[in-house]
Amino acid sequence: MFQFIARRLMLLLPVMLGVVLVTFMIVRLIPGDPCVTMLGERATPAKCEAFLDRYGLNDNIGVQFVRYLQNLIKGDFGDSIRFTRPVTTLIAERLPLTMELTLLAMIFSTTVGVLLGVISALKRNTFIDTITMIIANIGVSMPVFWLGLLLAYLFALTLKGTPLSLPPSGRFSAGLSPIDLAKFWGLENLSGLKFFLVELMSNTVLVNVIITHDWKLFWDALRHLILPAVAVGTIPMAIIARMTRSSLLEVVGLDYIRAARAKGMVERRVIGKHAMRNAMIPIVTIIGIETGGLLSGAVLTETVFNLPGFGTGLVAAILARDYPVVQGFTLVIAVIFVLVNLVVDISYAYLDPRIRLE
Amino acid sequence: MSVTPATQTRDTILEVKNLKTYFFTEDGVVKAVDGVDFSVKAGEVLGLVGESGCGKSVSSFSILRLVGVPGKIVEGEIFFEGQDILKLSKDEMVKMRGDRISMIFQQPQSSLNPVFRVGEQVAEVLELHKGIKKKEAWARAVELLTLVGIPDPKKKAYAYPHELSGGQAQRVIIAMALALSPKLLIADEPTTALDVTIQAQILDLINELREKTDTAVILITHDLGIIAETADRVAVMYAGEIVEFANVEPIFEKPLHPYTQGLIGSIPVLGNVVARLEVIPGLVPNLIDLPPGCRFEPRCLLRQKYGLEVCARREPELVEVTKNHKVRCWLYTDSDEHSAPLKVE
Ligand SMILES: Nc1ncnc2c1ncn2[C@@H]1O[C@H](COP(=O)(O)OP(=O)(O)O)[C@@H](O)[C@H]1O
Ligand code: SF4
Ligand SMILES: [Mg+2]
Repeated sequence: MFQFIARRLMLLLPVMLGVVLVTFMIVRLIPGDPCVTMLGERATPAKCEAFLDRYGLNDNIGVQFVRYLQNLIKGDFGDSIRFTRPVTTLIAERLPLTMELTLLAMIFSTTVGVLLGVISALKRNTFIDTITMIIANIGVSMPVFWLGLLLAYLFALTLKGTPLSLPPSGRFSAGLSPIDLAKFWGLENLSGLKFFLVELMSNTVLVNVIITHDWKLFWDALRHLILPAVAVGTIPMAIIARMTRSSLLEVVGLDYIRAARAKGMVERRVIGKHAMRNAMIPIVTIIGIETGGLLSGAVLTETVFNLPGFGTGLVAAILARDYPVVQGFTLVIAVIFVLVNLVVDISYAYLDPRIRLE
Repeated sequence: MSVTPATQTRDTILEVKNLKTYFFTEDGVVKAVDGVDFSVKAGEVLGLVGESGCGKSVSSFSILRLVGVPGKIVEGEIFFEGQDILKLSKDEMVKMRGDRISMIFQQPQSSLNPVFRVGEQVAEVLELHKGIKKKEAWARAVELLTLVGIPDPKKKAYAYPHELSGGQAQRVIIAMALALSPKLLIADEPTTALDVTIQAQILDLINELREKTDTAVILITHDLGIIAETADRVAVMYAGEIVEFANVEPIFEKPLHPYTQGLIGSIPVLGNVVARLEVIPGLVPNLIDLPPGCRFEPRCLLRQKYGLEVCARREPELVEVTKNHKVRCWLYTDSDEHSAPLKVE
């Protein structure tokens, strides 16, 4: 098992290099002369020459890539053209929200999805099964923005004034914001990686609350995330429910389940231990794929619920042709994808001893 | 009829009476087991033979009440140690399985859960029924693996099923099945999936352990060679019914039912080569749409020879035509429309 993880981590290096190369190329493939896009009307040949020189765009593409790579290793993602701030700072500001949203949505979709799937499989071909699968099928075909608006309407307007009321937009209520950990710890003049990490932790409510015990902020942030998480988690929930049902039904029909029953164990143990452990293998794949999907789905939800996250940040950067930001954000999303896949692979190996050997 | 009921009940640990297990499928009702009667005496080996698809496995799953949907036991009684197990509560049945009645399956490797260590799977039976702790159960599991002849059992206990050969996997399953010295072991084609050389070893192992634990065995197989070697009594099954039931010698020396005769006749006389059942011409009837008379009638050569009309119209009963020898055939029993052409004295 340890060996397996070590080998997977080693394999990560070439994959990461590939990811960096692809994001680098994609940004360069966006049509249009960067100089004209950036300087617009003011672009004269002389100015353009100076501009290209300043950003190193006159160099051979290989040289550019190596320089980009060197900077990345130093933790330098370049500066945003629009905001003239380091891209890393923007990442530290916007990434935590999206991660929190994805995490919450995944918790929602996995627990509810697996639960519905198991119930439905155990009550196969009964009324309960039919109802559960109708819910799942509606869930799959529900557009995120539409569900988001419906939920916002229901919980923010119809239920307004009741304890069930939930905020429809924004990350925190007015006047609340996370305590800056640099100040909290009395650290000044941070720079580079340290600054990035402290910023990232400050903005991650889950981490922030552990350090500062600012529970008021935590609950406020959680309440703001519930509707978006449900909106974005509903399709994965439905897909996981269907997958759980079919996977469990398949396993339950296999020889070793009958053999387990023949050993004299109660049905709860047959399903909970012997069947589920095997049924989880394909379910974990789906959970991994859906987590990736959630990151892309976040763009839509963040727009509907007006959340200043990674998705909205990336869209804004693309529209403004803020290339360093586009490049940096895309790279981060790609890396997260790769890491999610790594986690899926490791869970696989944990669940299925046959995989560990390969 | 000739055996007094008193001796029968004393000896018999399992008595299956008029068992009917049907599958309710979209195509119709599959009468996989349709009125089966047989009994097993303490410590004996009962051979259950018949072509593939005749209902042997479904009969054995019925005894453990492990028939899954769309199957259902629709009728009958199964007395185990005098108690009708079809009337037991779910919990009582769970306690019975793996403890007093256990089972060995045809596909050893797919009968072990691929994601758990084999030691854990053996230990689990002990944990379930003895309530002993994990560590103690593991130690006992290693002993059991030693007993069934697994090489290097301490280490092999940590193996996963895919790391074992078919023969080793079957040994592990035997260890599980006999861990609690059950009164009855159902072995459903325990060697069919194994190499010929391993087959003999596994059969020897079952026999050896059976003698130690005084366990009765229902040995299901379509291999008459195995039956001749190991069984005390034999029940021959055809299309969901028992057609002949007797001690092993009369079955091989004086088989009565035309189907049994066909089976025996198809064993090569020289050498002990495995019997091929397909030699009997014709096909097993469709279990959804059974012929109204004798189920073997479409394939029966003796019916033609004796010109029996009744066979196509009425089903014969399983009748004891001579001491401890039952057969289901109009050749040996009269009806109100014919008198039996063959009499057994
Ligand atoms: N789950 C099922 N659904 C429908 N029919 C079944 C099912 N399981 C078994 N049967 C039918 O029951 C009959 C007996 O099967 P089985 O007991 O497995 O035969 P065998 O004697 O080879 O062990 C077969 O004809 C099979 O088609
Ligand atoms: S009852 Fe008739 S058809 Fe059936 S086995 Fe006997 S002789 Fe053949
Ligand atoms: Mg079978």
